[in-house]
Amino acid sequence: MSRYIATRAIRGSNALVAEAEALLKQAVEEKGADTPVAFPNTAYFLPVTFGMLAHEVNTLGDLEFSLAHAKKLLHPLPEDNLWVPYLGETLDSGMATLLAAEAIEGVRFAYGEEPTLYPGLELAGSTSYPQLNGTGHLNGPIDDIQLRSWGIQLVDGRMPGFAALVGAAHSNEAAVAIVRELQRRNILTFLCGNTNGRSVIDQLHEEGVEMGYDTYIVPFGTDTISAIYPLGFATRSALTFGGLKAGQWRDILIYNKFRVFAFVLALGEVDDLKYAAAAGAISYGFPTIADTVIPEILPTGVTRYEHVISMPWNEIEAETEEERAAKMVQRAIEVRGVKVKITEVPVPVAYGSAFEGEVVRRADMRAEFGGKNSRAFEYLLMAPMDEVEDGKIELIGPGLDTLDEGGSMDLALVVEVAGRKMQEDFEPVLERQFHYFINGASGIQHIGQRDITWIRISKAAAEKGFDLKHFGDILYARFHADFGAIVDKLQIKIITDPDLHAEWLAKAREAYDFRNRRLADLTDDAVDTFYSCILCQSFAPTHVCVVSPQRLGLCGAYNWLDCKASYEINPTGPNQPIQKGQCLDDDKGYFAGVNEYAKMASQGTVEEVTMYSIMENPMTACGCFECIVMVIPEANGVMVVSREDPSMTPAGMTFSTLAGIAGGGLQTPGIMGVGKFYLTSPKFVSADGGFKRIVWMSSFLKETMAEEFKQVAEREGDPDLIAKIADETICTDVEGLLAYLESVGHPALTMDMMF
Amino acid sequence: MAKKERTPEESSRDEAAIRLLEHACAIEVETAFTRADAIAACNIGSQGLCCKNCSMGPCRLVGKTVRGVCGATIATVAARNFARAVAAGASAHSDHGRGLAYTLLEAAEGKAPDYVVRDPVKLNEMARYLGVKTADRSIEEIAKDVALASLTEFGKVEGTVSYLKRAPVKRQKIWQEQGIEPRSIDREIVEMLHRTHIGNDQDAEHILDQALRCALGDGWGGSMLATDLSDVLFGTPAPVRSGANLGILNNNKVNIVVHGHEPTLSEMIVAASLDPELIEYARSKGADGIQLSGICCTANETLMRQGVPLAGNFLQQELAILTGAVEAMVVDIQCIMQGIVPVAERYHTEIITTSPKVKITGATHIEFEEHRALEIAKEIVRRAIDHFPERGEMIVPDVQASVVPGFSHEYITYALGGFYRGSLRPLNDAIAAGRIRGVVANIGCNNARVCHDELFRYVATEFLKNDVLLVETGCGAIASAKQGYMTPEAALEVAGPGLREVCETVGIPPVLHLGSCVDNSRILTVLAQMATEGGLGQDIADIPAVGMAPEWMSEKAISIATYCVASGAYVIMGGSTGPVSGSEEVLHILSEVWESKIGGRLEFVVEGEEIVRRSLEHIDKKRAALGLPEYDASKWGKSGDWRMPELLELPFEKQIEAVYGVNR
Repeated sequence: MSRYIATRAIRGSNALVAEAEALLKQAVEEKGADTPVAFPNTAYFLPVTFGMLAHEVNTLGDLEFSLAHAKKLLHPLPEDNLWVPYLGETLDSGMATLLAAEAIEGVRFAYGEEPTLYPGLELAGSTSYPQLNGTGHLNGPIDDIQLRSWGIQLVDGRMPGFAALVGAAHSNEAAVAIVRELQRRNILTFLCGNTNGRSVIDQLHEEGVEMGYDTYIVPFGTDTISAIYPLGFATRSALTFGGLKAGQWRDILIYNKFRVFAFVLALGEVDDLKYAAAAGAISYGFPTIADTVIPEILPTGVTRYEHVISMPWNEIEAETEEERAAKMVQRAIEVRGVKVKITEVPVPVAYGSAFEGEVVRRADMRAEFGGKNSRAFEYLLMAPMDEVEDGKIELIGPGLDTLDEGGSMDLALVVEVAGRKMQEDFEPVLERQFHYFINGASGIQHIGQRDITWIRISKAAAEKGFDLKHFGDILYARFHADFGAIVDKLQIKIITDPDLHAEWLAKAREAYDFRNRRLADLTDDAVDTFYSCILCQSFAPTHVCVVSPQRLGLCGAYNWLDCKASYEINPTGPNQPIQKGQCLDDDKGYFAGVNEYAKMASQGTVEEVTMYSIMENPMTACGCFECIVMVIPEANGVMVVSREDPSMTPAGMTFSTLAGIAGGGLQTPGIMGVGKFYLTSPKFVSADGGFKRIVWMSSFLKETMAEEFKQVAEREGDPDLIAKIADETICTDVEGLLAYLESVGHPALTMDMMF
Repeated sequence: MAKKERTPEESSRDEAAIRLLEHACAIEVETAFTRADAIAACNIGSQGLCCKNCSMGPCRLVGKTVRGVCGATIATVAARNFARAVAAGASAHSDHGRGLAYTLLEAAEGKAPDYVVRDPVKLNEMARYLGVKTADRSIEEIAKDVALASLTEFGKVEGTVSYLKRAPVKRQKIWQEQGIEPRSIDREIVEMLHRTHIGNDQDAEHILDQALRCALGDGWGGSMLATDLSDVLFGTPAPVRSGANLGILNNNKVNIVVHGHEPTLSEMIVAASLDPELIEYARSKGADGIQLSGICCTANETLMRQGVPLAGNFLQQELAILTGAVEAMVVDIQCIMQGIVPVAERYHTEIITTSPKVKITGATHIEFEEHRALEIAKEIVRRAIDHFPERGEMIVPDVQASVVPGFSHEYITYALGGFYRGSLRPLNDAIAAGRIRGVVANIGCNNARVCHDELFRYVATEFLKNDVLLVETGCGAIASAKQGYMTPEAALEVAGPGLREVCETVGIPPVLHLGSCVDNSRILTVLAQMATEGGLGQDIADIPAVGMAPEWMSEKAISIATYCVASGAYVIMGGSTGPVSGSEEVLHILSEVWESKIGGRLEFVVEGEEIVRRSLEHIDKKRAALGLPEYDASKWGKSGDWRMPELLELPFEKQIEAVYGVNR
């Protein structure tokens, strides 16, 4: 600290704790101590309070304990002369601030005052508040669903960290520039607070910047108190992925210091409360970088590098606001020690994963390829070395300029790849990357794959000069950067010429068909080698995924071919081949090699693991799973709940609560986190009866995977099976479930007993 | 053979002391300063060459005499003298610790109702190290077993001293390999005396091995227990604000000075001095109230926990009485000069001895008993008040400095991260980065043969300038307190740029007061924790740190120096050529041989400049061995509040844009 910061932070914390006490007292008087208090869709109650104090807040009355603890952490202000030390005292005050801020948000939720309404704002993905009926609002806390879905990106480095912007930038232009810099580096951007009444959220909204989960920009609230939400997110990441338990406060904070790369950008004048909240963030190891003159705290220790940095906006040597923003963000990254890999992609629009979720609406559209009025497809194939001219990008056929505004045309993206370590099996792995690569360009929307590809170019992107050939530039840059180990050369054809398009489409379809058959043949029995995935060990230190051809990783992001390719790309990386070794139990899927590997890589936590059973030594989970499968003993079957489903389940718990049991790298028979495509595998809990055991399933899955499940039902010899599976619209308790199963004659009822 | 008499300015660097020495000279009162001038030190004894261990001697091994009557060599004689000093010093500290264990025992058994467990957390921590069960037990039950377990440490039948396991693992291994783990506290002292008896251990290196073992029983045994037990009984220190030097004596209040080393009685005197009835009684005698202050380590104990101001260090005990403002000087144990009695006889001051172990001819003896502690304390305070009307002329120099003491190792850990993130990581980081070049433990006594406080002041100033963090105890700490270096402002004024950044970040003075001389165990604990925190090696010997006692004089200082060396530290004893200067062989063992065996070394250096030079050289050598960047002060100084005053002085409306800085 510095005495100046200590004074202001301690003053801020004293004030906020007093405010929280007064608010709580009033709330208890007005509404009663039993009034429920909850953040939406989380199993972690008020997460900072839960993590630090192991205290579950369910009602207003429960908040009294939090504030009593917060009060114990308060201290008097440092004297002007002969002051006693203040660093520890300031950090304690910071924690008191966080507990008080979270209590205040809790009270606001009890009053229905959270999330903050923001008429006219439409978020591209947010925590869901059905009660608001579509009124514009800020996000409030991030729910567990989003936390888990970002999990894999946080661990594999695609999303290197998060920045909490507190206040308002020097100008709207500066606000946009800072956020674009962060997006370019795929850093999650959290927005909160205001400076003299004006918030960075207002600034971005005025400038038409799309905010929401899909653009990695989350507006929490327009006061400093909402800065508690990023810290709640941080706390939960330690609980969710780090296998830590509530009350392990020191471990949770240290986990954040070393694994969660977050920092605070204090924009505009820093007031007492902001200093107090920043002091709280410092306990998490998150430094603060201010765009104003404030004292710097350069010695290190509580944070990994400097604690507080001042970069007065006008003193940053630069010609433009963009340049200033770039320098500031760069400095922030250095101060936090964030590892950021940026691939420079030579296109005239901003580029980064943060733009992957952008939607191009019809009204904003310059042109589209695929969809209703045209056909687009993409095809990547392996070619001999001497037939590929590296970097050759051809546009064959009419260009974008021939299209009317809002028009559409046929398009083919054909990529020929050569490489000494390239294999035919990697073709689909690489081809699937088109979606992510192309979507990274700001103003470009990519949906689908193969011959159902659908691409839109926005007017804004076209105005900046984005043209069809830039698809080639993107693919060229990204394949070399990300898959350089297997891709030595590549050339790209962008085909709009109708005849050539038809010719290549036929070739592509032949290849798709071949690959489908190859995949169908690719069974666990047909290979000697499975792959491990320990990508998540940076978050869940004892968890090991074993990926087989018929069981993809639980995050849904890595199947057997992906792992195989990943191993080729990085032989010492997170995906290692596991020789299956002797099969010890064909039915349950015990393999000597898998057991041996799991024991070693889980540091002895897991002794044995089955590939195909939920009842016996099931595979562990980190926290990124797409669905949770859990046994419902009364129904003699299992239910499957997807992370998108916030409803109650027949197990008596929501996804969020179940996730706490399923995750953290622990084996719990009867419960398992899985990738949703594993549900369609013939090896899905095959030792326990397979797909027919599913008695209940989130309707989200039924809808989004209708086609796949239809085929599975046929495979299982019961074409009406899917309709026999209950969902949350039918029942959310065991009684209702049993009644339904009996009424439809679900096969599980007559299968062998699971126990 | 009288030496040249020194002027007051040559005798002390302390302004208050100089003023009172002038006064003493004027009224012809003899003090330790004048006696030191009058008595030349024995030239043979001071080199460690006099053996009086049997009545065939004393043998003076000088000139052509290289063996005593029994044939003992110079090295044997010097080593035995040194080792006996270690034993005496270790016994003093350890007996102090034992006393506290008995106090805790009586408190736990309800026999000493004025004492309670003030720090149950620390009690539980002690219990953990001593193997005392804590689950589902009352504080009294735990306290009783902790007291008994502590007492067992003094005379263990088997095993080794329990607290050794608080040392870094690597250090413990060195002790095992060298066979110098103390088996029990008393046993090693007894064996030390046994071995140095006529006709026994007669190999210098072997004698000195036992000195190491005996000293470890002090540092990681008796002293460490004393510190912990004091914290349990009287509270673990945290920073407070107070004052230091004779100027704190109050012209209008009853001045009671506590002096010695134990907190047991003085804590009660603090309580008694706050008793409204006694304050009223003082008023009835015409005083404005009661002013308590302290000398030596009793002062440090009550300063650290209660903020009782420091009257001065060892050489100021007579001078305090010379102010004429002291109604009573209440002494307990250790470092109490018999010379205070004749000085007090010239005044209304009553010298009151309180320990059953200490009586001084001519002083009042009021023996302290734990079971009626507060009652006795009140009786003493009342006696002091009764003397107030007898006051004559007073000379209280208007000299005092502010001080922020209270740095227990527990608080240091807290200061560096708070309740949630407390650790020594920021300290280790600061050393690793080079903001703090290294750490010096600047401790020990005063010595009437060395200009009072001169070396302390000199080395402290030099180290701070060179970004060295100082941790201090005992009379060395009091010297720095009087110098004004124990204030947070001092960090901004006298520390180098890197140290200043760290002090400003934490809000600490650049010189940390860790307590009394038994509290050197706190320094051991901090060093052990630094070694285990990571980044600075794995052992105390790896840390860029030096221990020193620039103005040492007591046998306790020899014991402290020895256990610090045994713990891996480089230790410099200042002000003289040392007690073994007559034996090259012993000097070689204490330095080279010990360093090769246990990583620490002991040297005796007369001059301040040389002490600083060798210390910085050692620190830089350790930095290099750890692969740390070379110390470079020019890298630091930008952290902190320095930019804020300019901004805050602007009118409010100008501040709004000025916060964004100056346009470039």
